[in-house]
Amino acid sequence: MTALFIILVLVFISIAIWQMVKIFDLAQAGLPEDDQVATEKDNTMNAYLMMGFLAFIYIITIVCIVKWGDLPLLSNSASAHGPDIDNLMIISLVLIFVVQTITQFLLHFFAFKYKGQKGRKALFFADNNTLEAIWTIIPVITLAGLIIYGLFTWTSIMNVSEDDDPIVVELYAQQFNWKARYSGADNTLGKANVRLIDIDRANILGLDESDPNAQDDIITSELHLPVGKPVLFKMRSQDVLHSAYMPHFRAQMNCVPGMVTQFGFTPTVTTAEMRQNPDIVDKVKNINSIRVENSKELVAKGEEALDPYEFDYLLLCNKICGKSHYNMQMKIIVETQEEYDAWIKEQKLFKNSLVEN
Amino acid sequence: MSEHADTHAHDDDHGHHHKSTFITKYVFSTDHKMISKQYLITGIFMGIIGILMSIMFRMQIAWPEQPNVLFEALLGKWAPDGVMDADIYLALVTIHGTIMVFFVLTAGLSGTFSNLLIPLQIGARDMASGFLNMVSYWLFFVSCIVMLGSLFVEAGPAAAGWTIYPPLSALPMASSGSGMGMTLWLVSMAIFIASQLIGSLNYIVSVLNLRTKGMSMTRLPLTIWAFFVTAIIGLVSFPVLLSAALLLIMDRSFGTSFFLSDIFIQGEVLHYQGGSPVLFEHLFWFLGHPEVYIVILPAMGLVSEIMAANSRKPIFGYRAMIASILAIAFLSTIVWGHHMFVSGMNPFLGSVFTFTTLLIAIPSAVKAFNWITTIWKGNIQMNTSMLFSIGFVSTFITGGLTGIILGDSALDINVHDTYFVIAHFHLVMGISALYGMFAGIYHWYPKMFGRMMNKNLGYIHFWVTAVCAYGVFFPMHFIGMAGLPRRYYTNSNFPLFDDLADVNKVITIFAIIGGIFQIVFLYNFFISIFYGKKAPLNPWRSTTLEWTTPVEHIHGNWPGELPVVYRWAYDYSKPGHDVDFVPQNIPLKEGEEELQH
Repeated sequence: MTALFIILVLVFISIAIWQMVKIFDLAQAGLPEDDQVATEKDNTMNAYLMMGFLAFIYIITIVCIVKWGDLPLLSNSASAHGPDIDNLMIISLVLIFVVQTITQFLLHFFAFKYKGQKGRKALFFADNNTLEAIWTIIPVITLAGLIIYGLFTWTSIMNVSEDDDPIVVELYAQQFNWKARYSGADNTLGKANVRLIDIDRANILGLDESDPNAQDDIITSELHLPVGKPVLFKMRSQDVLHSAYMPHFRAQMNCVPGMVTQFGFTPTVTTAEMRQNPDIVDKVKNINSIRVENSKELVAKGEEALDPYEFDYLLLCNKICGKSHYNMQMKIIVETQEEYDAWIKEQKLFKNSLVEN
Repeated sequence: MSEHADTHAHDDDHGHHHKSTFITKYVFSTDHKMISKQYLITGIFMGIIGILMSIMFRMQIAWPEQPNVLFEALLGKWAPDGVMDADIYLALVTIHGTIMVFFVLTAGLSGTFSNLLIPLQIGARDMASGFLNMVSYWLFFVSCIVMLGSLFVEAGPAAAGWTIYPPLSALPMASSGSGMGMTLWLVSMAIFIASQLIGSLNYIVSVLNLRTKGMSMTRLPLTIWAFFVTAIIGLVSFPVLLSAALLLIMDRSFGTSFFLSDIFIQGEVLHYQGGSPVLFEHLFWFLGHPEVYIVILPAMGLVSEIMAANSRKPIFGYRAMIASILAIAFLSTIVWGHHMFVSGMNPFLGSVFTFTTLLIAIPSAVKAFNWITTIWKGNIQMNTSMLFSIGFVSTFITGGLTGIILGDSALDINVHDTYFVIAHFHLVMGISALYGMFAGIYHWYPKMFGRMMNKNLGYIHFWVTAVCAYGVFFPMHFIGMAGLPRRYYTNSNFPLFDDLADVNKVITIFAIIGGIFQIVFLYNFFISIFYGKKAPLNPWRSTTLEWTTPVEHIHGNWPGELPVVYRWAYDYSKPGHDVDFVPQNIPLKEGEEELQH
C-alpha cells in the first residue's frame, strides 16, 4: 500500500515537472533552433542567482557559527594538552574562514560580473608566471607554518614520558562495553592475553594469574582519574577494532586486537568543577529543556519520562564495531587525589576478585 | 555513409556497414561511445540506489527508532513495524559508501567520460582494444549485480563500513553482515578491480599510441590529461586493494592470520595468531586514498574543459594545471597514513604523513586559483554544465579547506571519525565529483545522444542541488566538532548530544529535498534521449575534436580521414580571429603564432 502511495507521488511529481517544461517551452516559442543553449537572459538570471548563492553560503556559515559554533566542547578542554589542540584548531579555523570568504567571493562575483553579453569579448589570458608563483608561494609559506606548529603539538602529545611517573591504566574494549584496569600499588599492569580469559573464574580480561604484577590490578567499569596527575592509557581489544574517544580531553586512540596501543594525558578539571563551568551550565540547561519537551511527548504516549541530564565526561567508542556500536560508553570521573584514593581503596584487587572452582 | 565509403584508404573498417544486430549494437558493443553510455546509465542506476540508502539512514538519524513508511516498504524484515534495525543501518551506511565511491564516482564518472572522450578528443577511431573495453564494462556490470545481490542475503549485506576493517569484517559472529554478505562484497570488489585495471590499461595505451597527427601531449585537452593520470593511479593502487581483499578472503575462509590475532569472541578464543588489523588498514588506504583522486581528477578535467569553453577563454595556466595533476597524483600515493593517525601506528609516521598530506594543498590551491582566473574577464555562458562547474569549484574549496584540519595529526585526534570527516569528504570528493559528473553529462549529452537536455530543468536541478548540498554538509562540520561520532544508529543514548537533534533534522530535510529533486535530472536525462531537441554539430562552440564528428554516431567516429591537429585546445577569443573559438583542426593563419604554453 505504502509502496503504491510512493509510486503515485513520484508519478505526480513527474507530471508536474512535465507540465513545468511545457510552460517553459511555450514561453520560449519562436526562439532559434538551438534554444537549449544559454541566452543572454539566462546568463543574467543565473548571474544574479550566483550572487544570491554567495549570500546563502555566507548566511549558512554565520548561522552555523552563531547557533552551533559556540559549542562548549570547542573551548573547554579538560586536559593539559587540550588548549594546545584548541589553539591550533582556532588558528586553522580562522585561516579557513578567511580563505573561504575571499575565494568564494571571487568565484561567485566573477561569475556575476563577467556574465555573457552580446558584443563582449573575453580576454585572451592564458598564462602569467608571476600570478602563479604568488599563489604557489603563499600556500607554501602558510602551510609550512601550520605543519611546523602541528608537528610540535603532535609530538608533544604523543611522546609520553615515563619520567612524569604517570598512573598506568588499561582501557579494555569488547563488543559492546569498556573496562578499565588499574595497575595497583606497583603501577605495573600484569601480563594479559585473551587466551587466558576464564569466565568461570571471573578472569574476564585474561590476566596471567601467575604474574605477581597482576595480583594487585583492579578491574572497574567506571574510569576514575585524579586531577592534575598524568595518566598513561594502554589500550587493548578482545574482538574487533574499537576506538577510545574522550572528546573532552581531546584524546583518541584505537584499540586493536593483538596489540597494545597507548595514549597519555593529564586531566586538569574535575567533574565537579566542570559542572560549575558557566558554558557547561548553559549547555546542560539547554539539554534539559529539550529533554523536558521530549518527555512530554513520551508521557503522552504512555512511556516513561527521560531522566534529567547531568554533565559527565565520557569515553565513547568511535570505530564501527558492530550492532551496538552506538551504545558503547563508559563514564569518566575526574576527582581530587583524596577522592580518588578513597575510591580505589574500595575496589577489589584482581587476586581477590577471582572465583575459586 | 556512401559519400565517404570510398574515401577511406586507411586500414580501419569503420566505413563498412557492419552486420550489427541489437545484441552487438546495444549489449555486447565494442564501440567506445556505446560503452560510455552503458557505463553512464549503469552508474546512474547505482547512484539512485546509493542516494535512496542515504536518505533512509538520514531519516533514522533525524527521527531515531520511529516507524517510517519508507522503511516498511523497502526494508522488509529489516524494519519490523517500520522501525529500522541497527544492523541494517550499518549495512546501509556501508553499501551507500561502497556504491557511491566505486560504482558511481569511479566507474560511472571515469568510465563514462574516459570512454567517450579519449578517442574523440585525441582523434582516434576507437579505444586501443575495443574488446577489452567491452570486457571491462561487463565485468563492472557483473560486479554491480553481485553487490546488489548481497542486499538480499539472509543475514544481511556487509555492515562493517565501506572500509571493511577486519576483524569486524572477518568474523560472522562479530557482525551479521560479515557472513555471506561480506563474501559477496569481496567477490564484487575483486571483479570490479579487474574491470578497472583492464579499463585503465586501455586508457593509457590509447592516449599514448592513438593520438592523431599533430596531437602532441601538450596539445591534449586537460580532460585527457586527467583521465590519463587517473588511469595510472588506478593501475598503481587498485592491485593493492585486490591483494588486501584476497588476504581477507584467506583469513575468512581458509584460516590464515594475516589480519587477525588474539581474538576472544562469544565465549571462545579463536585460533588466529600473529596478524594485525593495522596491516589491512595500510593496504586498504594505499588504494583508499589514491581512490579519492581517482574520483576527483576526472571531475577536475571535465570542469577545466567546461569552464574554458563557457567562459570563452583559454584555461588559465595550462602547464601549471598539468603539473598540478601530476603533483597531486604523485603525492596521493604517499599520504594514505593520514587515515590512520590514531590507529596505533608509530607517532613518527604520523608526523611524516602530516607533512606529505598538507603538501597536497599546494597543487590543489593552484588549481582552484587557476579556475577562478579562468572565469575572470570571461564572457560567461551560463549553461547548466557551467553552473555545475562553478559549483564544483565552490564545494571543492569549502571541502578542501577543512582538509588542513584533518590532515594535521594533532587536530585529527579530536575530530577523527566524527561528522567533521563526513562533512569534509562529502564536499571535497563526493559532491564535487558528482557536480563534475553532472557538468560532464550536461555538456557532452549532445555528443552522446545527439539531442539537447532541457536547460530550464537543468537550472532547477542545479540550484536546488547546490542549496541542499550546502544545507546537508555544512552544518555537519559543527556537530563533528561537538564530538558526535559517525556511524551511530541513534544518538539517544547520549544526552550529551541531545542539543544536536535539531541540526540532524535540518540536515535530513535538506537531504530529502535534494534527493527528490534528482528526479528532475532523471526526467530530463531519460526523456531527452527520445524527445530532446536535436543537437547541432557544435552546440557549445567548443574547440575540441569531438565536436567535429557527426551528430549521428558512426563506427570509427570520423567519416573520412582522421582530423589533423594544428593548435592547442584552448584558442577561445584569440585576438586576430573573427569568431571567439578556433577548433584544434583549423590550421594556423599565416603569421599566426601558436601560443607558447
